[in-house]
Amino acid sequence: MDRIVLIGLNHKTAPVEIRERFNIVCVDSTGPLSDLARIRSLKESFYLSTCNRMEVLFTTPRLDEGIGSVVGLLAEIYGQTGAALKPYLYIHIDQDAVKHLFRVACSLDSMVVGEPQILGQIKDAYRQATEAKAPGVVLNRLLHKSFSVAKRVRTETRIGSSAVSISYAAVELAKKIFGELQGKTALLIGAGEMAELAAEHLISNGVERIVVANRTLERALALARRFSGATVPWEELVEELRKTDIIVSSTGSPDLILTREQVRKRMRARRNRPLFFIDIAVPRDIDPEVNRIDNVYLYNIDDLQGIVEINRAERIKEAARAEHIISAEALKFDAWLRTLEVVPTIVSLREKAEQIREAEIHKTLSNLNSLSSGEVEAIHVLTRSVVNKLLHDPILFLKRISTRSRKDFYLDVTRKLFHLDKDQSETNEGEDQLSLDSDKVS
Amino acid sequence: MNEPLFLFSVITTLLYSVGTVGYLIYVVRTELIIHRIAYAFLLAGFISHTIGFAILIGQTKQMPITTLPQTFSFFAWAIVGSYLAFQLKFNIRVFGTFVSPLAVIFMILSSAIPSKIIPTSRLFSSFWLTLHVTTIFIGNAIFALAFCAGIMYLLQERQIKTKSFGLLYRRLPSLETLDSLNSVCLTFGFPLITVGLISGFVYAGAVLRSFWHWDPKEILAVITWLIYAVLLHERLAVGWRGRRAAIMAIVGFSVILVTFVGATLLLKGHHSFMRG
Repeated sequence: MDRIVLIGLNHKTAPVEIRERFNIVCVDSTGPLSDLARIRSLKESFYLSTCNRMEVLFTTPRLDEGIGSVVGLLAEIYGQTGAALKPYLYIHIDQDAVKHLFRVACSLDSMVVGEPQILGQIKDAYRQATEAKAPGVVLNRLLHKSFSVAKRVRTETRIGSSAVSISYAAVELAKKIFGELQGKTALLIGAGEMAELAAEHLISNGVERIVVANRTLERALALARRFSGATVPWEELVEELRKTDIIVSSTGSPDLILTREQVRKRMRARRNRPLFFIDIAVPRDIDPEVNRIDNVYLYNIDDLQGIVEINRAERIKEAARAEHIISAEALKFDAWLRTLEVVPTIVSLREKAEQIREAEIHKTLSNLNSLSSGEVEAIHVLTRSVVNKLLHDPILFLKRISTRSRKDFYLDVTRKLFHLDKDQSETNEGEDQLSLDSDKVS
Repeated sequence: MNEPLFLFSVITTLLYSVGTVGYLIYVVRTELIIHRIAYAFLLAGFISHTIGFAILIGQTKQMPITTLPQTFSFFAWAIVGSYLAFQLKFNIRVFGTFVSPLAVIFMILSSAIPSKIIPTSRLFSSFWLTLHVTTIFIGNAIFALAFCAGIMYLLQERQIKTKSFGLLYRRLPSLETLDSLNSVCLTFGFPLITVGLISGFVYAGAVLRSFWHWDPKEILAVITWLIYAVLLHERLAVGWRGRRAAIMAIVGFSVILVTFVGATLLLKGHHSFMRG
């Protein structure tokens, strides 16, 4: 039986310099799919690359040789020796590989657990792979299965429902203060990476205008251009408080940038509309006393981290439920995989034929009461030999292909042709639906 | 109180109570279906309540405020009615959790207090009196909603300010929504109680031959009106909002409660039920 292998690296095992290396190489092409196809010991393959991970999934009849050549190929891409790359890689085999793929698809393995993008990324990668005809019977089914498992986890657990990154937490809070973020203005004080990330989240949640204040104008201009926003001179920062709603502060300044008095004085001009300060700078930029002004809310990095921790704790509970679903689905996949062997297929083919024969005999004989036992026996012999003769060639064929590399394909066709997997209809979508329903009943 | 009316009152109280329990469950398990069931019970209670009052008015040809229990019951009716309407417009489901207990409290008070019909029934049939009573009651009911919105605002604001989040943090809507609820209640409630006060004075002038009697309830009513007038003015002129507006709404409704319960029960005057 072919082995399923998954070789990869992610944010936990490899630093960003190595991850981005893979991302750059593979971002605009079909990746190393064509290279993978050229490795003779591999039968089917699938390749996924995002900013936080790289995964190669393949099936191989010769385990060690397959792993060796894929690691070799990855090292080549990385421009390193296999030995240098190996510490960053994880290698999962069979059930573990299946489970790992499911965990990735369900976003349990993501940097931000529960974030929904990863499933879309897998689907895109799968589309590319099918265009290159890289996956076959086993991986096609495995990937389809991973989509349906992800869907099931999303609907049955609350894994994706709470914020577990600082930017998410900040946006969630902003929504509890302002309701809608549509039409709101955000002021970025300092133009660092954190500010950029926060601005991205705010924009994607509806914030209309971004204004940047930075000590060096050049950087402010660059950031403002990115979000098609405006810049304000550093000296006029305080006056900007009249017009803005959300302030994200992330400067490297050792002193406070805004004091309680400065903010309090501007509240009347704002007609007391709420102000939300997100101070992600260390040391802090905003006077902590600001939080005591009516309609002003101040969260610093630790406060946000606190929310993230609470949410994470809740998510760990949900993740345990998700893991349970994944284990159950991995077992189901394994059961299907075992049927992709010659002997079980022949057995179920014979069983199916015998069932049909017996059912039809029973129907016929119940209408023919006058037959003697000898005549009944003769009918049995006749039907049996018809069935056996009919099955003779298909069974011979199956036995003959048992050593061929296209075995999986013929077995899959046979099982579909004779409809041997009873509760699994031909299309994957339908099959997923069926298995979902049966789970609910049990 | 005669038999069928008593029956309607009991049914109404039961329906409101089930609705309230539903809304309390809704806080823990936010499922739309629970909200719908709870809302349906409140609506059914409101219908039964309305029928009860219709029968009563048919019998007595008077506004249903001739006894203290009736007044409480009528107030509960106004609160539930306003809530049902607000819910349709604003769809803040957890609002029901705060409003419905209030209605139940007034229904229970209404059945717990001995009823004593005021002898001078001549006072209770006039256009001006009907207008006075209706607008004051609906206006006060809307202020009861503002009171609930104020409590919700303070709860939510406290959680956000102190950065400690409980179960209610997820359930309660945004501060902005709660504040606009306060504003909307004020916009509807204030004109109503203004009309209520004016029609009251006109009626008093006509029947009692003087607009002003230094009746404790009159004094408290004017104080209430002033509180809401200040709140409305500050909202419009200076942009008062948030916590202060919420506190004002709570204070305002507390004065209404004192006016309504305290003055009627304890103090003497022509609004009192304890006279004679």
